[in-house]
Amino acid sequence: MDDTSRRTAMKLGGATLGAAAFARSIAPLTEWVPTLSSEEFLQKHYKELSREEMETVLRRVEAMTLEEYGAEVTVQDIRPMDGVQFGYALNLSTCVGCRKCAEACHNENNHDRSTNQSYIRVLEMTKGSVSLDLSSVEYDHAVPAEDKYYMPVQCHQCDNAPCVTACPIEATWKEADGIVVVDYDWCIGCRYCEAACPYHARRFNFTKPEIPAEEINPDQAYLSNRIRPVGVVEKCTFCLHRTRVGRLPACLEACPAGSRVFGNLLDPKSEIRWIIENTRVFVLKEDVGTQPRFFYFFDS
Amino acid sequence: MSSLVLLLALVACDRGYSDPSRELAPAAPAGEPQAITIRKPPAVGVWKAPLSDDPDRDPDLPESATCGTCHGPEPELEIVVEPGEPFHTNIEVEHGTLTCDHCHDKDRTLLREANGTKHDFSEVAQLCAQCHGPTAKAYENGAHGGMNGYWDLSQGPRTKNNCVDCHPAHAPDFGQVMPVHPPRDRHMGNH
Ligand code: HEC
Ligand code: HEC
Ligand code: HEC
Ligand code: HEC
Repeated sequence: MDDTSRRTAMKLGGATLGAAAFARSIAPLTEWVPTLSSEEFLQKHYKELSREEMETVLRRVEAMTLEEYGAEVTVQDIRPMDGVQFGYALNLSTCVGCRKCAEACHNENNHDRSTNQSYIRVLEMTKGSVSLDLSSVEYDHAVPAEDKYYMPVQCHQCDNAPCVTACPIEATWKEADGIVVVDYDWCIGCRYCEAACPYHARRFNFTKPEIPAEEINPDQAYLSNRIRPVGVVEKCTFCLHRTRVGRLPACLEACPAGSRVFGNLLDPKSEIRWIIENTRVFVLKEDVGTQPRFFYFFDS
Repeated sequence: MSSLVLLLALVACDRGYSDPSRELAPAAPAGEPQAITIRKPPAVGVWKAPLSDDPDRDPDLPESATCGTCHGPEPELEIVVEPGEPFHTNIEVEHGTLTCDHCHDKDRTLLREANGTKHDFSEVAQLCAQCHGPTAKAYENGAHGGMNGYWDLSQGPRTKNNCVDCHPAHAPDFGQVMPVHPPRDRHMGNH
């Protein structure tokens, strides 16, 4: 992709939703016209779609998945639940670094197979050190290794999210339950958000994701695990297609060490609240002021 | 970190939708909250004969039996061993410096705490809790041991693993595994 034209589009686009219409008409013209259907090209911002318009978009995404991937899938527009604020906590005392969470994310969220893409990166850290710079993600030996501990990192769904502020066209925003989402049909792939994230939690689709039809997870949502187009940024959504219907995230269920805890921060009886109130909890890079919804804790 | 700070930070953060009917999903159906089930590990409290290639295996003994078959007040099988000669030679305990009697009741059909409280094998977690109080409390509150199913019990049930699903009682070390799913994305670098 040509960086210069992208950046130009960005400057012209400005930072408001109104001006976004302008960015939309510039960016696709220079980049995407050949690959876009006319409906896609004219599609409104996710939040401006009426229920009926949304239905049309969802059926179109389903039809395109069938055509391009040969898979019959259901794509839903699943909204936040009333009275729910999601939080996630991870027990660093018990995480063994097996990367089963990263694998589950890969399968659940229809990631590109060849790159082993996943929204989760597991850092192998040296005990006594908190330096992310000295960590390794490519370790390939029996775990947990002597003198090491493991820190899985994924989107922290920050309340003060630098990625959201960085987006020039409001293609990414924070939803009422705290989940930061991307409208993949609106994203123009400028990657400002990716650069703004202190946790390296965003991913860019350099190539069209390749997934065999039989491996595609058909239970999809528009804002989460539907197969993303090439050239857009994507990220962990706390599996909103599962969690907004009461289920636990895929990475949590896959964890053989039971190190992951998910729930509603507004429920005083929830596990996540117990952890915040009763264990040693910290957030990653607290000094950058992002106010994450993702907490790390140690056994008391 | 104070929980108060956290909860105060949970301000409504979203700008509106042009179609309000798409704003929020209806509150979860107000049904009876569903159950949290703790997995009952299969064949807990069942004696398994040594494997067929084990030299100590006695071909006259059953493949498996309950403890009460040979122990307790009315054993069906009376096996006499020389005093001091072990019978359960396939059992290796690597659990601190614990011995059989720290956990097994004298009549062997139950588990027993140091203060004499006895538990059925299915209540094994209570035995563990005697010596691992803080972990057991964390487990009870969902901070240790994990879960599956629904975070929202009004929409579905939840299951939890038992201690011995992850920590065999005789040798509870979780052990090592080979990691799966290595990152292969050339753009990822070292995080
Ligand atoms: C096939 C017969 C048989 C079965 C079934 C059996 N045991 Fe035993 N067990 C023995 C014999 C024989 C001894 C040695 C004599 C004794 O201590 O009673 C023994 C000894 C023991 C001891 C003492 C070991 C030591 O070194 O001090 C424990 C503890 C024990 N058994 C537990 C159990 C438990 C728990 C079960 C059920 C899960 C069980 N046994 C089932 C035959 C059996
Ligand atoms: C930390 C407590 C603990 C200690 C110490 C312990 N056991 Fe057990 N044992 C258990 C529990 C709990 C079970 C049932 C759970 C299971 O089967 O995993 C069990 C199961 C058994 C069984 C049936 C399962 C099998 O593997 O055959 C036998 C036999 C047994 N124990 C014998 C012994 C003997 C003999 C010793 C001493 C050498 C001993 N145990 C020490 C807690 C203990
Ligand atoms: C009578 C006391 C006692 C009971 C009952 C007991 N434990 Fe332990 N456990 C210990 C001791 C002592 C250690 C060793 C601690 C050490 O080495 O620092 C230990 C160690 C452990 C460890 C760490 C093992 C390792 O090698 O890293 C685990 C896990 C564990 N126990 C789980 C359990 C479970 C599960 C149960 C119930 C089936 C249980 N324990 C019952 C006393 C007990
Ligand atoms: C889902 C699996 C799982 C379940 C269920 C589970 N644990 Fe653990 N537990 C772990 C893991 C993983 C560790 C960390 C082990 C490691 O790093 O080697 C751990 C650590 C421990 C330790 C600390 C060992 C140490 O070295 O300090 C104890 C004690 C323990 N567990 C007891 C229990 C008890 C008691 C229960 C039931 C109430 C239980 N666990 C249930 C997975 C589990």
